[in-house]
Amino acid sequence: MADTATNGHAQSFVGTRTIRPDGVDKVTGRARFGADFNLPGQLIGRVLRSPHPHARIVSIDTSKAEALPGVKAVITRDDFADQPSEFIPAGEMMMNYKDVVRNVMAREKALYEGHAVAAVAATSAAIARRALKLIDVKYEVLPHVIDAVAAMQPGAPLLHDDLFTAGVEPKPDKPSNVAKRIEIKLGDLEAGFKAADLVIEREFKTAPVHQGYIEPHAALASVSEDGTTELWCTTQGHFIVRAHCARLLGLDMGKVRVTATEIGGGFGGKTVVYLEPLAIALSRKAKRPVKMVMSREEVFKASGPTSGATVRVKMGVKKDGKLVAAFAELKYQAGAFQGSPVQPGVFCAFAPYDIENVHVIGYDVVSNRPKVAAYRAPGAPISEYAVESVVDEIAKKLDIDPVDLRLQNAAHEGTKAAYGPKFGPIGLEETLNAIKKTEHWNAPLRKWQGRGVASGFWFNIGGETCASLTVNEDGTVSLVAGTPDIGGLRASLTAVAADELGVPYDKVRPIIGDTGSIGFNFLTGGSRSAFSGSMAIVEAAKQIKSELCARACKLWEAKPEQVEFSGGAVRPLGALAEKVKPMTIADFAKVAGKTGGPIGGVGRINAQGAGPSFGTHMVDLEVDPETGRATILRYTVAQDAGRALHPAYVEGQYQGGAVQGIGWALNEEYIYGEDGKLQNAGFLDYRMPVASDVPMIDTVLVEVANPKHPYGVRGVGETPIVPPLGAIANAMEQATGIRFTELPMSPPRVLKALKEKGLRKA
Amino acid sequence: MAKHHIHAQINGDDVEYLCETEETLLDVLRDTLHLTGSKEGCASGDCGACSVMLDGRLVCSCLVLGCEMHGRTVETIEGMAQGETLHPLQQRFLEHAALQCGICTPGVLVASKALLERNNDPTETEVRYWLAGNLCRCTGYDKIVTAVMDTAAAMRKG
Repeated sequence: MADTATNGHAQSFVGTRTIRPDGVDKVTGRARFGADFNLPGQLIGRVLRSPHPHARIVSIDTSKAEALPGVKAVITRDDFADQPSEFIPAGEMMMNYKDVVRNVMAREKALYEGHAVAAVAATSAAIARRALKLIDVKYEVLPHVIDAVAAMQPGAPLLHDDLFTAGVEPKPDKPSNVAKRIEIKLGDLEAGFKAADLVIEREFKTAPVHQGYIEPHAALASVSEDGTTELWCTTQGHFIVRAHCARLLGLDMGKVRVTATEIGGGFGGKTVVYLEPLAIALSRKAKRPVKMVMSREEVFKASGPTSGATVRVKMGVKKDGKLVAAFAELKYQAGAFQGSPVQPGVFCAFAPYDIENVHVIGYDVVSNRPKVAAYRAPGAPISEYAVESVVDEIAKKLDIDPVDLRLQNAAHEGTKAAYGPKFGPIGLEETLNAIKKTEHWNAPLRKWQGRGVASGFWFNIGGETCASLTVNEDGTVSLVAGTPDIGGLRASLTAVAADELGVPYDKVRPIIGDTGSIGFNFLTGGSRSAFSGSMAIVEAAKQIKSELCARACKLWEAKPEQVEFSGGAVRPLGALAEKVKPMTIADFAKVAGKTGGPIGGVGRINAQGAGPSFGTHMVDLEVDPETGRATILRYTVAQDAGRALHPAYVEGQYQGGAVQGIGWALNEEYIYGEDGKLQNAGFLDYRMPVASDVPMIDTVLVEVANPKHPYGVRGVGETPIVPPLGAIANAMEQATGIRFTELPMSPPRVLKALKEKGLRKA
Repeated sequence: MAKHHIHAQINGDDVEYLCETEETLLDVLRDTLHLTGSKEGCASGDCGACSVMLDGRLVCSCLVLGCEMHGRTVETIEGMAQGETLHPLQQRFLEHAALQCGICTPGVLVASKALLERNNDPTETEVRYWLAGNLCRCTGYDKIVTAVMDTAAAMRKG
């Protein structure tokens, strides 16, 4: 009676390079992303955006637009109720609905160029565009401020007259653009610096950069006459989208069903809402489906990016290389509303090091830029870039190898991090040693070439997660997860389910369920989806195995200790084995109706025990003294994965993060004119790395098991973007003798520095 | 002005459609013909997500007009697999995990196929420069380049 396909299956799929279950759809064009969904009778929605970086909205007259034939709905600030000030967790950052409602649709003021002011839904895109031109907005243009340091000065144009700096005593009596001051302290900083033989202090600047996902934001909403709402959108967290939309539009969550489409990249930038509440509001008004898709220009001007920042770092060290004191002050741009990733920036700054005396201060500063969104290890690349640059300079001054200096001071199991916890087993030293073992480490360099090393840290999170496994009538298994699959999640979860149940990989079919088909899931972010999702799958499988053992006991009139589940079957033990044959999952599926009904399990967990992931990167580059262009010649990533569920997709995270970091270090930046308008809102002028800009990215998968996870998994997605900025700056220093303290190290900036140093004739 | 009435051949099928003058080939493919495999990432010819073959030449379909297609031949990602058989590039992209989110994948595959039809033994540098018009933000390009080189090697062996 055994089904040979699932009988006693012992093969392990975890840790192998299986073909992703969603792969064929993605190589044939069949996979449906945000903008690929359409409904009969749908309208096209478009957004009117502020041309001014800072302006009071005196009035909005939509009457002419509403009168245009083909226009079915127009919305403005009047269509959204105001929200009280209340902070809620959003990914690894916090958000406030009072700000969210103002960011999706400007109220009193437009706070950045591109800020949404109104939206229309019409029977065609052409009519919608014409309607936008008929909306008459009267603005009172106000002075603007773009730079965060300028925004901190007394007398700077004020964005919010009710914003008082939090975290300072006494509470300020005047509002300012500084939303928050935070600090962490460990030990006695002053004593640490007194004991130091060498103290180095430097100031660094980084430019805001965009997540750069290739798929623009897109949403399709359909609201029926009774308020039942369906939404398809490209998001990292459809449950979070549901929560935000329900809150902003006063809807019952139970009446809102959100389906996460395939997602064309997010990197943190698709953890918030932009178009989604507008599409629902337009559809509710028009009583027809409304589809909205951002243009690339809108993506740059009105979504993302991450903060630009100014970071001052001061570190003290003994002659023998022991780091004894570390101070940093971080000023992060939040964009138009508070909530920059300065807190994780503060926490991460010195996390790779075991230093007794640490003090870090951070400021969250608003200015007339788009509100920042999370971007892969939000905040960490900025502060760790500054720290890794100073560590490199210390190594040079003390004539200690930069990897050896890091090994001497590396955080390890038992190290108390300045931000609070004591680390459990971590793999930083292993990544440093792995780098030294590569052939790359000893490869020769020529003139104008340099090699740089830097380490990086990210916390990783767990959180609320549901996943279900259902045994179908033929013994195949349906897997439902609730975190959007952004880079191979379904492959990892399927391997875990197959191993847990002892069925072949291709007998498990995974989908990402909508908000109505599975319980609440926090979003895909914080490197949590494979970590938490696999824990939920293990729990779901446990329920199935325990249920099948109970059913076998009934069928065989046996006691629980006489049966066990292994290799895809319930097996009789001892004397019972001579009387009855093992029953596979497929065997149980055939008799499910007679033995207790449908077979399945649901893991509903709040995943704890996320293990931090450390990485070390090494890069070789060559600077062209004629043009100032730096070419990346060779790159190696070593990072602790805990356990790689799917090695190829773990490598992919390392490689992709490294190349995003290369872009951040060398070319990417938001460029504003004096008029406060973004000058490079397109892929031609916002220069992300292309294939010919980069070499192969070598990877070393370090595996120091996370004891809190059944497979030892650590999140891997975010850490890879942390080390590249410092590693590349350190390589630039070796290639040119110049310590670059401002990103990006783009050709014009490098050329200017070479001329100033007399390395190139002016 | 009346819409243009166009006859074209798309993925081997004779296709007839009406379009406005300002509609791009990409608009026609996605919105009129429901061939949504070609993606719009920028609408300015910078990202390559909408790459298609037009009369045997690789183009960004966002940069040509739908009304220019009369009597012409277009090949999109939807025409790449033959029946149940994936193109060797499609198969190797899966085997090498050369995609993460997959939004750039159709354009990258169409462009890679165009390369291998011209040059069945490209160097790594040739692959990288040929694909420089196809932005990928997830993979860092490593596994894409590897998959293309590996496909070329396998196709040379026949």
